[in-house]
Amino acid sequence: MSCRYMLGSTAASSLFASTAIQAQVAAINLQAPATSLARLEYDLHSMLLLVTGGIFLLVLAVMLYAIVRHRKSAGHAAKLFHENTTVEIIWTIIPLLILLLIAWPATQAVLNQKSTRGEELTIKITGYQWKWRYDYLDDNFGFMSHLATPAAAIAGTVAKPVNYLLEVDEPLVVPTGRKVRLLLTANDVIHSWWVPQLGIKQDAIPGFLRDAWFMVDRPGIYRGQCSELCGKDHGFMPIVVDARSPEDYEHWRAARLKQAAASADDPARVWTLAALRERGEKVYGQNCIPCHQANGKGIPGSFPALDGSPVVNGDKAGHINIVLNGSQKNPAMQAWGKQLSDTDIAAVISYERNAWGNHTGQLVQPAEIRAARTGAAS
Amino acid sequence: MAIAGLAAVPQQSHRPHGWRRWLFATNHKDIGSLYLWFAFCMFLVGGVLALCIRAELFRPGLQFFQPELFNQLTTLHGLIMVFGAIMPAFTGLANWMLPLMIGAPDMAFARMNNWSFWLLPPAMALLLLSFVVPGGAAAAGWTLYAPLSVQLGMGMDLTIFAIHILGVSSIMGAINIVVTIINLRAPGMGMMKMPMFAWASLITAYLIIAVMPVLAGAVTMVLTDRHFGTHFFNAAGGGDPILYQHVFWFFGHPEVYIMALPAFGIVSQVIPTFARKPLFGYTSMVYATSSIGVLSFMVWAHHMFVTGMPATAQLFFMYATMLIAVPTGVKVFNWIATMWEGSMSFETPMLFAIGFILLFTIGGLSGVTLSVAAVDVQLHGSYYVVAHFHYVLVAGALFSLFSAVYYWFPKMTGRMYVERLGQLHFWWSLLWFNVTFFPMHFLGLAGMPRRIPDYALQFTQFNQIASVGAFMFGLGQLIFLVNILYSLSHGKTAAQQPWEGGNTLEWRLPTPAPYHSFSEAPQLDVAENGVVVAMQGGKHG
Repeated sequence: MSCRYMLGSTAASSLFASTAIQAQVAAINLQAPATSLARLEYDLHSMLLLVTGGIFLLVLAVMLYAIVRHRKSAGHAAKLFHENTTVEIIWTIIPLLILLLIAWPATQAVLNQKSTRGEELTIKITGYQWKWRYDYLDDNFGFMSHLATPAAAIAGTVAKPVNYLLEVDEPLVVPTGRKVRLLLTANDVIHSWWVPQLGIKQDAIPGFLRDAWFMVDRPGIYRGQCSELCGKDHGFMPIVVDARSPEDYEHWRAARLKQAAASADDPARVWTLAALRERGEKVYGQNCIPCHQANGKGIPGSFPALDGSPVVNGDKAGHINIVLNGSQKNPAMQAWGKQLSDTDIAAVISYERNAWGNHTGQLVQPAEIRAARTGAAS
Repeated sequence: MAIAGLAAVPQQSHRPHGWRRWLFATNHKDIGSLYLWFAFCMFLVGGVLALCIRAELFRPGLQFFQPELFNQLTTLHGLIMVFGAIMPAFTGLANWMLPLMIGAPDMAFARMNNWSFWLLPPAMALLLLSFVVPGGAAAAGWTLYAPLSVQLGMGMDLTIFAIHILGVSSIMGAINIVVTIINLRAPGMGMMKMPMFAWASLITAYLIIAVMPVLAGAVTMVLTDRHFGTHFFNAAGGGDPILYQHVFWFFGHPEVYIMALPAFGIVSQVIPTFARKPLFGYTSMVYATSSIGVLSFMVWAHHMFVTGMPATAQLFFMYATMLIAVPTGVKVFNWIATMWEGSMSFETPMLFAIGFILLFTIGGLSGVTLSVAAVDVQLHGSYYVVAHFHYVLVAGALFSLFSAVYYWFPKMTGRMYVERLGQLHFWWSLLWFNVTFFPMHFLGLAGMPRRIPDYALQFTQFNQIASVGAFMFGLGQLIFLVNILYSLSHGKTAAQQPWEGGNTLEWRLPTPAPYHSFSEAPQLDVAENGVVVAMQGGKHG
């Protein structure tokens, strides 16, 4: 289907579409299934489409026939009947029977979706505003997964990549041919984890655990998005699943385990301001930018500016407290202590206190965060 | 009947003039007109918000609106269309037409009627005002799901108060409709004889009385969670975010029928008139409408199939939802059987009624698809749902409203609308409605979530088509406005009976309907669906 053809003008065609867009073919059906669940849903939908489409065509045909033949302008005189018990019983019973026919496979599919037992691997998924975290519970490591599309591509100042808005820095890696059980929860508001080709959509609910499962047929990259409105950047928290053969998965897992051991921060390390700032800028970019913005100016009325902020330029303890425990006044400011390490929090606070127009020259060491945490606990 | 006593009350022969006529209105026709004009204005406001949404979605990338404003636009579009446009429009029609159709002198509670209308403008003002408060309007979608709605700024508080006021207004309007229908029918107008529009309004009114307080409860819980330290929806305090959804959808699903049943009623009046044939299966229509009303309380959790309900709950709500297809199917079959072997003509009201049947059937069938929980896992929260409920609410509720306005315009105003403009309005709306919303089925199937301000590149083409369609559809509504404004002053004078097949009570009145009609109850001999066989008495003025 060509939009250019539709408008029929060259000026319009440049308005309508870049070459990257034209390269994509608009799909009109569910994505190609890559799990038994997705296939089940696909087939069930195809069946429903046939049944409902057939009913619609039948209704349309009868109506069109009446419209053409039983019109006054064609000289048709009205017959004044207004009931017929037999007909009425028939058109009540037949839809019931059709529904019973649908209900049988539909019930089996629901039971299948719900049977999460016999898993070979368990991954905990946590939704955050606006990113996902994946924890491999069997192996005790985990990571955050952020949108990888650059802000410039969203603003339109650079070309949009092929997987625009559907790319992340760290995909969820899973083995093919193994039953993966997902445990889903959320940190702040309700999110929903949807990967069409895997046949999964499950809400992630703060304070509760839900489960789901899949077993991927073949290696590949499967993309999806959050599908429950979760605030400002709901449209910008994609999901990418990288399914690998069991051997490749084992390689990846071994590398991950090694990396996790190596990159563990020494909580006692004393950092320099330059090193903390460098790390803090990264942490800020991954976590704080959506609200407080890259320039630290925030969004007036919704999210306060950090540039020149009395909290950031004031007493260290107040600053640490709000980052660790969140804001009482504005629930959008989360308690970051629950998701960032002492070192990351120390780094981002040090960065904020020495970025933009803030020149406190002060730095916060991880040990101070640790002290603040235990202080808050006691 | 109670009406005999009312007839003894001396009638007020004069009416207040100027702004007093409207601000102090107690006449059901004046209040009906207020409702209808108000609803149309809100339809334009909600429509402009929709066009903002479609403008942003014309291309990938962020062009016009930042995500937080985009979320406010989708939220307010929904709230305004549901509570500001569709519901008041149906209440306005019921106000205007019910007394004429059942032979009542006015609505039962004339002053309360005034109050239920005049609550609407301040409520809508609160909603619109929320765009300019710090933090902007509510941005949690029209469903206002907690905990997101607990996070938002003071725009959310304004929204909550607006919903409270709207709820009070709807409940009072509904009580008025119930009491009018139960108590003020003219002698001879039995319950199982009265027009389907009266039946539909009656059942709708009961649904409103039952569920608007539930909505008020839901948003009040959000309010106390926001400001007064409760934890209804906060797991850390022993609450449950999903509780909000249960409470909201216990309101929300009957709400769907609050917006659909009056449409069924209108179509059940229009089709027989233009088919010149009595409504087929009147009794089964009454039972079908009632059972839809009852079933609507038992299906709410089909909006929550992906929240992680236990399998048994999913199955129950799936079966109950599928069951609704049966009475709904009965209604569609009855309408077609009414058309069958009729002597049809296709004036604008009939065109919109037929368009309604056709497109509502599509919306109903996509509803069956969505009811199958396993398939809903793919479609929930996607554009497929957006397509589905716009087939039900635009092609359903809105088309039926257009049908009704064209149908009763001569009786209300004494003038005919311009038929050619009406036909143009219909064909234009039919075409661009489908251009706008049909591709959304494809978008949803292909994996595009709803309520996103920006999208992946493979969704571009259908979004562009939908955006073009939306702007054209919006433009077409001006045809309607021009037609109405022109015809109010320049339309041809209408006959008492402008439609050959119209034989319900309102067509026995002079045209335009006198300011005070049936000040003395007529003695009626009525056949099914309010068809008047004989009438004696019935004074006006």
